[in-house]
Amino acid sequence: MHVLNETAEAPATDGAPKLGRAIVVTSGKGGVGKTTTTANLGTALAQRGARVVLVDADVGLRNLDIVLGLESRVQHHVLDVIEERATLDDALVADKRSPSLFLLAAAQSREKEDVDIDKMRDLVRALRERFEYVLIDCPAGIETGFKNAVAGAEEAIVVCTPEVSAVRDVDRVVGLLGNRFRPQLIVNRIRPHLVRKGKMLSVEDVNAILRLPLLGVIADEPEIIVSTNRGEPVALRTDLPTAAAYRAIAARVAGEDVPAPMPQQKESLLSRVGAWFGGRRP
Amino acid sequence: MNGRQIVVTSGKGGVGKTTTTANLGAALAKRGRSVILIDADIGLRNLDLVMGLEKRIVFDLVEVVEGRCQLRQALIKDKRFESLSILPAAQTREKDAITQEQFACVVAKAAEQAEYVFIDCPAGIENGFRNAVAGAAEAIVVTTPEVSAIRDADRVVGKLQDRQMPSRLIVNRLRPEMVRSGDMLSVDDVCEILALELLGIVPDDEEIIDTTNRGTPVVLEENNRLRGVYDNIARRLEGEIVPFTRFDQQGLLGRLFGGKKAG
Amino acid sequence: MIDFFRKLFGQSGSSSTAKERLRLVLMTDHLELAPDMVEAMKRDLVDVISRYVEVDREKIDVTFEQQDKALAMLANIPILAVNRSSNGHATAPVVAAAPVVAAAPADIDPDAPAGETLGAETSGSETPVVAETPNAETPVAETPVDAQTPDASVADPKRRRRRRKRKMAGAPQSPEAAPAP
Repeated sequence: MHVLNETAEAPATDGAPKLGRAIVVTSGKGGVGKTTTTANLGTALAQRGARVVLVDADVGLRNLDIVLGLESRVQHHVLDVIEERATLDDALVADKRSPSLFLLAAAQSREKEDVDIDKMRDLVRALRERFEYVLIDCPAGIETGFKNAVAGAEEAIVVCTPEVSAVRDVDRVVGLLGNRFRPQLIVNRIRPHLVRKGKMLSVEDVNAILRLPLLGVIADEPEIIVSTNRGEPVALRTDLPTAAAYRAIAARVAGEDVPAPMPQQKESLLSRVGAWFGGRRP
Repeated sequence: MNGRQIVVTSGKGGVGKTTTTANLGAALAKRGRSVILIDADIGLRNLDLVMGLEKRIVFDLVEVVEGRCQLRQALIKDKRFESLSILPAAQTREKDAITQEQFACVVAKAAEQAEYVFIDCPAGIENGFRNAVAGAAEAIVVTTPEVSAIRDADRVVGKLQDRQMPSRLIVNRLRPEMVRSGDMLSVDDVCEILALELLGIVPDDEEIIDTTNRGTPVVLEENNRLRGVYDNIARRLEGEIVPFTRFDQQGLLGRLFGGKKAG
Repeated sequence: MIDFFRKLFGQSGSSSTAKERLRLVLMTDHLELAPDMVEAMKRDLVDVISRYVEVDREKIDVTFEQQDKALAMLANIPILAVNRSSNGHATAPVVAAAPVVAAAPADIDPDAPAGETLGAETSGSETPVVAETPNAETPVAETPVDAQTPDASVADPKRRRRRRKRKMAGAPQSPEAAPAP
């Protein structure tokens, strides 16, 4: 398959190229923050200097491009590369704000069933030879799109909101993933004031059911809506607790065992809720 | 009886299809209509949970299709209403367990017994979506006023137009204060972009999470401020002209004292 | 609090940015969803231009690009010759052809086949490109007709009609066009 180009990075001097990590970001339930997480985690990893590629596996319903603000620069997509109408270099969109961050967009006018799963696997492999992190944004559901997104991945991050439907769906997905992907959990859109009132599941409630290593907890944040409006991932900002949370998650993904900054939650009417997260459990 | 067969769809996941199906169905049932809600999300069922009926599942949609039970055996009657039942999806099967024709058949059978049949569509535009839409004669498209949701809704609207399916729009989780501060698209923006007839505007309300946790449709709760909203949508669906409450255009007093601050 | 200051100092909110971006991205999405329409538009464009100048159909490149706040169609059409009248000056075609209607992308039903949305196209393009025969200094480029590549010859209306009918039957036009779903 014609995906490697002439300027692919030279392999390590010991002769065997070090393969990057391929991580699928999934959930089962739609709308819990997979795309936002992929965009922000990718941005945070790239800001640390890692070479990162974000792959949108949501054929027909692409959104990673628009969340990143790169939609106007997409010329080719995953299927163009897989079907050899374009090289990987043609298709990769560089993010000018994070020089080592690239996007490989999904096709908008095709169907998920058009993807050849073996070629998808090959593509992810080829990407792993060029990038330290390959983050795959998985579509909602557990149908063909999910299977394609998971093909080629070695690890999984599951995103869950503290709501009964989401927990149930994530549980199903974790069951489907099995042990192979060593899934880790991000609890997204927690609202501590509702948890305190008993009107929302706590992180402990969620993980009592899912029993996964906890990668991070992110508070509900209206600025996320603004950031998507603008196409500017929050992880680029220094003023938001959510941004700090994504940066901390990136550090943990990179293997650092750093506790997150834990802003105090204020109960005032004008406050924004901070993000915090707990430690990794075996 | 020839009930209306309405699919509730969106493209984007998590915008409120299941919550809308449950609450709209319940609102119509409260008004005395006979209603059947069908969960078409095979493998990721949630309508039962949101309706608080998950403990009463005996048979599911796939078993009905496979002929292992009758439709009436699988329907779970919600005792809180005069005539509201749900047909749950299967949890351990996949969406290709049934064909479009089979699903359409089940929906048609349900429509013989109820004035309204709502189909809770899964997220996406894959087989689950195609099956769900195959059983419908009308569509309700649900979106939030956010870029990704609207883009996905646009794609779905295109597919519904291909099928010449009459469709109307519900804008869900509107945050009026963010619209006013220019940080969220307005209902007018959304309608303009999607070019659909508006059926309802549902403001964002953190209490909804609690109702789904408890499995209680809002129409059953006296003090729930969304109760009137879903009731209005039910009325519009029945053909009444009901003016929209323009939450994003409340007066100063309304802004200061009305509604909870979201987020 | 931040919103208050923002409004006070006139910083526009992100929703207008969102609306603009959505408008443009949906136009792009719709174009991507209607490859037949785009091909028909390209053919019609080239046919119209060919009435005035002779073009190299094999080297035509038409793309869509976001420029500032608009979606622009960029067409690179190499010109081989300018049609001349008998007195040697460049001239407009003698025969007035029916205008080709090119609808704005937003008006197009993305999934309708090309023949339905641009109904005037075939009738408009069947009239001869040039009423006078080209003179000896500007030979018409004749290349073999191939269903996979755009028309190379513009001189023979009958041949153009036959080729167009073959194309409308669905032969892929360019590497960019995805097969219709």
